[in-house]
Amino acid sequence: MTQPAHLLPVTLTVNRRVREFEVAAHHTLLDVLRDDLALTGAKECCLVGECGACTVIVGGRTVDACLMLAIEADGSQLTTIEGLAEGGRLSAIQGAFLDHGGVQCGFCIPGQVISAHALLEANPHPTRAEVDEGIAGNLCRCGCYEQIAEAILATARASGTAKPGAAEIAAPGER
Amino acid sequence: MRSFTYERPATLAEALSILGSNGHDARPLAGGTDLIIRLRDGTVRPAMVVDVKRIPELSPEISEAAGRLTISATTVMTDIAADERVRRHFRALAEAAIVVGSVQIRNRATLGGNICNASPAADTAPPLLVYGADVVVAGPDGTRRIQITEFFVRSGVTALRDGELVVSIDLPSPAGRTGSVQLRRTRRRGHDLAAVTMSCLVDEAGVTRVAYGSVGPRPVLFVDETGTLADPRAGADAKAAILEGMFAPASPSPQSMRSSPEYRLAMLRVLGRRALAIALERRAQA
Repeated sequence: MTQPAHLLPVTLTVNRRVREFEVAAHHTLLDVLRDDLALTGAKECCLVGECGACTVIVGGRTVDACLMLAIEADGSQLTTIEGLAEGGRLSAIQGAFLDHGGVQCGFCIPGQVISAHALLEANPHPTRAEVDEGIAGNLCRCGCYEQIAEAILATARASGTAKPGAAEIAAPGER
Repeated sequence: MRSFTYERPATLAEALSILGSNGHDARPLAGGTDLIIRLRDGTVRPAMVVDVKRIPELSPEISEAAGRLTISATTVMTDIAADERVRRHFRALAEAAIVVGSVQIRNRATLGGNICNASPAADTAPPLLVYGADVVVAGPDGTRRIQITEFFVRSGVTALRDGELVVSIDLPSPAGRTGSVQLRRTRRRGHDLAAVTMSCLVDEAGVTRVAYGSVGPRPVLFVDETGTLADPRAGADAKAAILEGMFAPASPSPQSMRSSPEYRLAMLRVLGRRALAIALERRAQA
């Protein structure tokens, strides 16, 4: 027998839009994004914080939305995969995933793109090793890691002046 | 997930009062990277979850005062790994924090949560042991300090009493030239749990502190006060005997799926020798 859910008021700014509603205390951020806000880009998969398919940005940092209660995000700014495109145009990193064949079955891609986006926000010209570490929390069962890393490095190169040495480090990605 | 009520106390006093009046029905929540999994699989079934992240005394902060570095309980691994003071004076702790989980996990997992979860494989436990950390705890009877060597009791069990909360972790700043390192063995890079964790600290006086985990019910510390391990003129046999004395108590579980006891015991010795060598090298360069 289940107890009645404990409902709590919550205010979230999701993809620049303020949302005020009520959540059940035991619903995760992933539950609420998908079921209450109909933002189904973040995927439910491992539910133990290993696969990264549910990655979203909360307060400027990536989190596994399956490992956070929605109420914990109260008052926070969130970015989900649905918030990256602007005016119907894909962001640079989204376009690069397509250009470099980083998207195969697509299931992990919302999480991969969000991790890639957050990595480039924090470190606009990452080395290959930094890219690998940055997306280590996002598993791809199609095995597109090479193409995904290439997409991230290409986006970094296209974004402007690289720090010295970054070009050589990125070079192995250009085949 | 089963339903529960949620409390978000705004003061430490309020948090202690909630925990005190709800006993074992209430469960503190910090980063949630362990707790949410256990709430979902039903191994923990509290009637109430008490979110401690908005309590000012526990809110994320690393501060330095009177020869100590104080890391508040809800400071996350990302911030510990990036902190210049931690990287300079407590390098093994920075090295432990940067390998916890993935980016997403490090953005949530807290130092207080890592030690309260009391996993034998907790990455931050060996560094805290070699640096001689104190755990600052608040409870119904006021504040007390628990030496980190007393804090870990066994897997999932700490020295915390009912109704107590970890407020911060205090690290005494090492005096003089020191060298320290954290190593671990995992099946794969990325976010695996450790099969062996190992920290070593060598101080200016030649005292060597070795702490390891994931090979028994709790992470443990051994100290070589004789100076033999840090002495370049000491014989290899003398050093090996001391290290063997440190590693003999290890008793890895045969039930763990991560690796066999034989493998862990072999790697414990490899990592131990390697950590000692790196700590000595770092002390020489300090």
